[in-house]
Amino acid sequence: MIKARGLTKRFGEKTAVDQAGFTVLPGRVTGFLGPNGAGKSTTMRMILGLDRPTSGDVTVNGRRYRSLGAPLREVGALLDAKAVHGGRSARNHLLCLARSNAIPARRVDEVLGLVGLQSVARKPARGFSLGMGQRLGIAAALLGDPGVLMFDEPVNGLDPEGILWIRTLMRRLAREGRTVFVSSHLMSEMALTAEHLVVIGRGRILADTGVGEFIDANASSHVLVRSPQAAELARLLAARGHRAEPGPDGSLRVFGAPAALIGDLAADNALRLHELATVQPSLEEAFMRLTGESVEYHAGVPGGAPPPNPPPARGPRPDGVR
Amino acid sequence: MAAPAPPAPPAPPGGARADRRVRFGHVLSAEWTKIRTVKSTFWTLLAGAVVLIGFSALWALAFSASFDDMSEHDRATFTPMLPTQVAFYFGMVVFGALGVLVITSEHATGMIRTALTAVPRRAHYLAAKTAVLGAVVLLVGIAVSFACFFVSQGILASKDLDGSLGDPGMARSVVGGGVYLALIAVLALGVGTLLRHTAGSVVAVFVLMFVLGIVGGFLPGAWGEKVNKVLPSNAGNAILSPVRRSDQLAPWTGLGLFALYTLAVLAAALALFERRDA
Repeated sequence: MIKARGLTKRFGEKTAVDQAGFTVLPGRVTGFLGPNGAGKSTTMRMILGLDRPTSGDVTVNGRRYRSLGAPLREVGALLDAKAVHGGRSARNHLLCLARSNAIPARRVDEVLGLVGLQSVARKPARGFSLGMGQRLGIAAALLGDPGVLMFDEPVNGLDPEGILWIRTLMRRLAREGRTVFVSSHLMSEMALTAEHLVVIGRGRILADTGVGEFIDANASSHVLVRSPQAAELARLLAARGHRAEPGPDGSLRVFGAPAALIGDLAADNALRLHELATVQPSLEEAFMRLTGESVEYHAGVPGGAPPPNPPPARGPRPDGVR
Repeated sequence: MAAPAPPAPPAPPGGARADRRVRFGHVLSAEWTKIRTVKSTFWTLLAGAVVLIGFSALWALAFSASFDDMSEHDRATFTPMLPTQVAFYFGMVVFGALGVLVITSEHATGMIRTALTAVPRRAHYLAAKTAVLGAVVLLVGIAVSFACFFVSQGILASKDLDGSLGDPGMARSVVGGGVYLALIAVLALGVGTLLRHTAGSVVAVFVLMFVLGIVGGFLPGAWGEKVNKVLPSNAGNAILSPVRRSDQLAPWTGLGLFALYTLAVLAAALALFERRDA
């Protein structure tokens, strides 16, 4: 279990993490979601005792990281896949870490097998691809068979096979009763792996809830309708108090009315329908609505005007991730 | 390794082996594994040995060749360790480079963050690094120092200028040379910890151990002479002389002073290391 209370980190004038409070529980994958520069990595570094909080504190299993006797046997972390001395072989890299925490050398070979690096175990790490480096980092995290695992952007730069492997691994680790805390700026990734979310924007914790609840609270579903008589249908819907927004391609986005009601209404009025689909809101949409104002670096729009917030989901997305 | 997925441990994972307390010995063992598993350790030590032994031989040749042309005073103050003493000014920086690399290579690669999550007690971390580096350079340093001695004596023998280990102060100065090299490496580790960058740290050690000594030689007057004696490289170098030289501190006083400098740099390094974000 990881518990942060009033966790704050300032770098000079800039506040990277601002009064963050959250709890990461065992037995499930908790996603740590936020745009780039929101304070995810700084928070993780503070959990690991690498950065000193300006104020507040964070504990792992009830203790501050720096006071853990054998930290690798309680917490495993993948922060930066390239945090390895390139001249050292993968096996020796892990051996150094194992020795420091009184972990037997045979465990090194075990985790090398677990991540599939046996064949390159004796090769210098500098020749590793990003994916191999990531696997080595994960091997290091698993070395002490810890109850708490943290991964900072683990799928960054991985190929589809690697992404699938990490996803499966994280879910398995959580199923085994471990605390799994994964940061990402990729909503779609989090939607697939996380059951619980801690959302951070500009250093502040914006939400600490289940994935489903988070979407429900921050975005609503709508029905996408395509009809040659869209204007007529929109009028009828408006008369019944349902909001219908015309889309750029002639479609309608209807809020507050179920698909059945819209279909019946069209049939009763002899209006043709070409498409009628319920669109579930995506995690992405919910996230954008919530963090619209807290994105650190807004991309400029060609033409000058700052982008509107929240950016509406562009086009129909009937396969809304849920 | 045959099973595709290991069975889930029924008990809450982790903590199962937590009864195996981590002791300082484990951190030492980790640092020993680190220093012996990078090639740069071997190459730096080899380079240091080659430079020191090579320069000892060259200076022994130079002294043998021109001994008769030297002034009365120079001939009177000549000791069989003089070639090695001069060689140390040129060679010791290489051992300093090893001390620097031991820590700055971890900063450069990011390994420091991985390492500090494994050993979050930074005082232990730095202490283990210091101990392992010191021990390695001490052993290699003593061997190199003996090699310098024997090579230069072999050359000096052609002019009957050579000494033997049984001469007063000779064994002390040869073994002391190894101790001096170990202290240089540790001091450099402190500098590397403070500055964190390889190139900057190597330059700093070079200035401290080489340039400063040259500057000191140009200082005028009696006070200049006094200051020159306590400069790091001159203080440490005193241990290499079998008999006290008039332009240097007494051997043990000099080495003791150098050890104090080393301690001061290490203390500053630890204070900053404890406070800084990794």
